[in-house]
Amino acid sequence: MTVRQCSQSQAGRSKGVTVTTAKSSVAASVEPTRRDFLFIATGAAGAVGVGAVAWPLISQMNPDASTLAMASIEVDISAVALGSIMTVKWRGKPVFIRHRTPKEIQEAADVVVATLPDPQTDKARVQKPEWLVVVGICTHLGCVPIGQAGSRGDYDGWFCPCHGSQYDTSGRIRRGPAPKNLEVPTYSFLSDTKLKIG
Amino acid sequence: MSGPSTFVPKSALGRWFESRLPIMGLIHGSFVAYPTPRNLNYWWAFGAILSFMLVAQIITGIVLTMHYTPQVDLAFSSVETIMRDVNWGWFLRYAHSNGASMFFVAVYVHMFRGLYYGSYKAPREVLWILGVIIYLLMMATGFLGYTLPWGQMSFWGATVITNFFSAIPLVGEAVTTWLWGGYSVGNPTLNRFFALHYLLPFMIAGVVVLHVWALHVVGQNNPAGVEVKNVDRDTVPFTPYATIKDSFAVVCFLILYAWFVFYVPNYLGHADNYIEANPLSTPAHIVPEWYYLPFYAILRAIPSKLGGVTAMFGSIAILAFLPWLDTSRVRSAAFRPMYRVFFWAFVLCCLGLGYLGAQPAEGGYIIAARLLTTFYFGFFIIILPLLGIFETPKPVPATIADAVLAKNGGVAAQPAE
Repeated sequence: MTVRQCSQSQAGRSKGVTVTTAKSSVAASVEPTRRDFLFIATGAAGAVGVGAVAWPLISQMNPDASTLAMASIEVDISAVALGSIMTVKWRGKPVFIRHRTPKEIQEAADVVVATLPDPQTDKARVQKPEWLVVVGICTHLGCVPIGQAGSRGDYDGWFCPCHGSQYDTSGRIRRGPAPKNLEVPTYSFLSDTKLKIG
Repeated sequence: MSGPSTFVPKSALGRWFESRLPIMGLIHGSFVAYPTPRNLNYWWAFGAILSFMLVAQIITGIVLTMHYTPQVDLAFSSVETIMRDVNWGWFLRYAHSNGASMFFVAVYVHMFRGLYYGSYKAPREVLWILGVIIYLLMMATGFLGYTLPWGQMSFWGATVITNFFSAIPLVGEAVTTWLWGGYSVGNPTLNRFFALHYLLPFMIAGVVVLHVWALHVVGQNNPAGVEVKNVDRDTVPFTPYATIKDSFAVVCFLILYAWFVFYVPNYLGHADNYIEANPLSTPAHIVPEWYYLPFYAILRAIPSKLGGVTAMFGSIAILAFLPWLDTSRVRSAAFRPMYRVFFWAFVLCCLGLGYLGAQPAEGGYIIAARLLTTFYFGFFIIILPLLGIFETPKPVPATIADAVLAKNGGVAAQPAE
């Protein structure tokens, strides 16, 4: 089509060279013309331009600088009694800091890892065995699992009220629709009673 | 069906304008002279009811935005301000929140009507698919709107539903963070949900225009499921026949709507949504709005995260393939004895899933939800394709006029031609 338009327009301009243009347009059907190049170059520049403008429009929805700045917190854990759980807010999400009893540590260690839906040893999930730190967001659809004494589910850990996922004393998924263990955030002990999360 | 308009304006000004922008002719051809099958029953009035509800939602919604604040610390109290201080605010909010429910009541009736009378079959596939798109947009709009009051159900509903996207392999977490604008549902999420909740109804209106356009190209289906063969014998003009009938249906529907707004405005809501959103505490029993319950039951019936989310979206997406899954040449269930039985079984299945979606996900409820989910998909994937082969349909009337006359006592009523 390009070829025909080309020869027609040139023929319109000067009748004297019609024959030669027809000849060159036969050659042009084999070899790309300058017009083909311009079409492709225009199209490519247009696509790059649309992409360049679309990126800020898409990226603006990602977490902004102020959200990223709140990425870490420090927590005093001296008041968390043995066997109890403290909940702190980190990045808008609850983080459970659990002071585990020797019995709970034993329960977590005794599990045959291979039988777990998301196999992980208890050791790999804690820095100090008596302190378990996990993000309190069910890995199924994001509800906050319940861990109040007396309603800690079938495995003495947490129970998610939304869709019935059961977690153990290491925050590992044992039963229910959740695919993964409760996430362990990045944290470090600044001292025996001070924890930095994030 | 609607040919070139023969509309000629009466006034000189009208003719002057029409020759420059033939919009009156378009309206006349679409809503006055447009031929509608003479055998349409009241199930066909739900298109008009839905148009009314869309307009009602847009008007009440725009007015509500004049008083609402999309900010996490202020949203909940701004809604309470609307309820207590704004003139007629309680009425506007209840009309809008119950309006969403009424919109879904009407759309479900409209969809089941299409399902019963085979309105999705050739040549109405595109019309049907546009309808599925409108339905999807409605679900998105309803979900976004439910987030705005920023109560406990708003927050946790938004959390659960946005987490559906985290089931996507590899990029799921990144997509979810992008949707939230943070690491959890928060202020950026509320703000953008408000912007999108304002946008989507206008997109719905746009697709509705396409839906009506497609409808007016292929013409309406009708209870007999046979095409119009003779416009004089088989149809009546849209105005006054359909206009008056639709108006009457809208008024009847308004009675139901008004009953909800004025007598039981919170019946379809959840008490938990009158507690302000708290990111650290999930309500004991999260339930979506009633119109999502069947899909919620399907989600929970599958014991895997990705599987559940896929099944849930699949249960809606499969509707778009319906024109090709149903292999029967006969449209209307009136002439399909076996399909009619399965159709009502399917209606009961959807109602059953709706009931189960509201129950806790445990024990017998899960088993029942799995059985009904199997039937839901089986209806589309197994029953519909096979019925076209094994079912012997009853004789179909030759024309719409024949169908009407057979019903009303035969040839005596036949008009002279």
